[in-house]
Amino acid sequence: MASKVIQALYNDDDVLMHAVKKVRAEHHHIEEVYTPFPVHGLDKAMGLADTRIAITSFLYGCLGLTVAIVMMNYIMIEDWPQDIGGKPSFSYLENMPAFVPIMFELTVFFAAHLMVITFYLRSKMWPFKKAENPDKRTTDDHFLMELGVHDNENELADLLWETGAVEVKVTEKES
Amino acid sequence: MYTFSNKLRIGSFIAMGLGVIFLAIGFLSAPSTVEEAKAMVAVHDDGHGGGHAEAAENHGEEQGHGAEAAHGEEHDSSHDTHLLHQLQNRPWSALYVAAFFFFMIALGVLAFYAIQRAAQAGWSPLLFRVMEGITAYLVPGGIIVFVILLLSTLHMNHMFVWMDAETVAHDELLQGKAGYLNPTFFLIRAAIFLGGWIFYRQYSRKLSLAQDESDDNTNFVKNFRWSAAFLVFYLISESMMSWDWIMSLDPHWFSTLFGWYVFASMFVSGITVIAMVTVYLKSKGYLEQVNDSHVHDLAKFMFGISIFWTYLWFSQFMLIWYADIPEEVTYYIARFQDYKLPFFGMLVMNFVFPLLVLMNSDYKRVNWFVIMTGIVVLFGHYLDIFNMVMPATVGDQWFIGLPEIGGILFFGGLFVFWVFTALTKAPLQPKRNPFIEESRHFHY
Repeated sequence: MASKVIQALYNDDDVLMHAVKKVRAEHHHIEEVYTPFPVHGLDKAMGLADTRIAITSFLYGCLGLTVAIVMMNYIMIEDWPQDIGGKPSFSYLENMPAFVPIMFELTVFFAAHLMVITFYLRSKMWPFKKAENPDKRTTDDHFLMELGVHDNENELADLLWETGAVEVKVTEKES
Repeated sequence: MYTFSNKLRIGSFIAMGLGVIFLAIGFLSAPSTVEEAKAMVAVHDDGHGGGHAEAAENHGEEQGHGAEAAHGEEHDSSHDTHLLHQLQNRPWSALYVAAFFFFMIALGVLAFYAIQRAAQAGWSPLLFRVMEGITAYLVPGGIIVFVILLLSTLHMNHMFVWMDAETVAHDELLQGKAGYLNPTFFLIRAAIFLGGWIFYRQYSRKLSLAQDESDDNTNFVKNFRWSAAFLVFYLISESMMSWDWIMSLDPHWFSTLFGWYVFASMFVSGITVIAMVTVYLKSKGYLEQVNDSHVHDLAKFMFGISIFWTYLWFSQFMLIWYADIPEEVTYYIARFQDYKLPFFGMLVMNFVFPLLVLMNSDYKRVNWFVIMTGIVVLFGHYLDIFNMVMPATVGDQWFIGLPEIGGILFFGGLFVFWVFTALTKAPLQPKRNPFIEESRHFHY
């Protein structure tokens, strides 16, 4: 189904920030903002919910730690018992200090990689995905704000011109 | 301008008074003869059963304290003298640990302050007066530590075994180190370190105050240059200080990253105290411009440096544990056998606790939360210093009793009194720091 959207282009992030605040103050719903670089504080201005990626990162870290513990126990203690540092105790607990670097590394590895993968999936980015950005200039030096149109095209256009947009256009968008 | 609240002033005097009394009791109840020492341990042993004497014996040999004499019939008497020295050392060590701990906080803050200056940090200038207030304690704290070291070289105690000519005469390792580890050179070094640190502190404070009244930024630029130079001096002198003042308590043992390890401890304690003083002043209505983002940043440093401390602690431990070389592992065996509770308690307080509690970004902005965490972290790092000093000086005769608590109370009281007096001397907000605008608008 195609929906009608209005898109406003800006050429400065400060102007964009003020525009976002103003549009929201007038109680219009901003569907998306496309920017060439991360704009500090934009998520708060748009009223987006806080990211939960930190929680997933913590859980992935715990998973990595567990994998490291189980893996080292299997490799170094159960499957092929090793004499570690001249202390042939063959006990996991007594040899634990030798495994700490591995625990640390796998915790970081799991947290970092799985967090990035989660971020991509959550942002609906995967291989061969068709680019979503409506205007190529948003990858260079322009900022684009997109609002849904509900029979208030002219009113919205006036408001957007007022906020300092350099270009305003109405298009149909596939969704 | 800040005015020292009467409650806090009276509180600090009470703490100092109690501390002096407790320390005096500690000094008076230390045994003066071998017989008294044996009697004290005998009473003690009744409660604890056998194993004790055996552990104490291992200890005598580990420390090389009369180790050469420790055979045959001489054994008993040398062991008894050793015990006497340990018991006599206890009030001295309690005094030294607390004196060093509070001195170290001021020194850690000085390093943090110099880094902010040298990096020309934009977020922190609002906190400069707080940091300058804390580093004011460097002068009395440094002088007290120096006096304790001086008294040690005068044989008022037996904390540093290498200062005892008799011990060195029987110990080839110590003879080999005598070119560096001798009382005269030791005191000269201590004087150079303290002189350098105190000079930078006083001069930087002077420039910082002059900047408020001047028309240009020359004072600021000068402060930047001196801070960068100070950091070079500090990194070298702090490392050597930690060998001299702490590592030489176990003169046979050495660790190449010991300086870093002590640095991490003083750095995290210093940052914690900055955060605590800032939150306290804010709660009293001062420092209106300091916002939650500043506290958040300090808490991030507390979190990060706590993990840095653990990293160094573990790096030092793991290599020694892995290699298992006799002259190295004695250091940890003494701690595992006789110091289980403070040793592992310290790890929980300094690593597990801040890791779990300060991980959440929102908690770092909750002021009372930062204070509560800070108290635990500070106790953890007191225990860290305790674990560095006590095993070498009192062996298994340690206890956290009157002299230890007295030491904390006395130096804690003096610290609070001195720091908050220094805070009243100048406006809490620098006027003309070129970055003050950025600091005021700092937000995360």
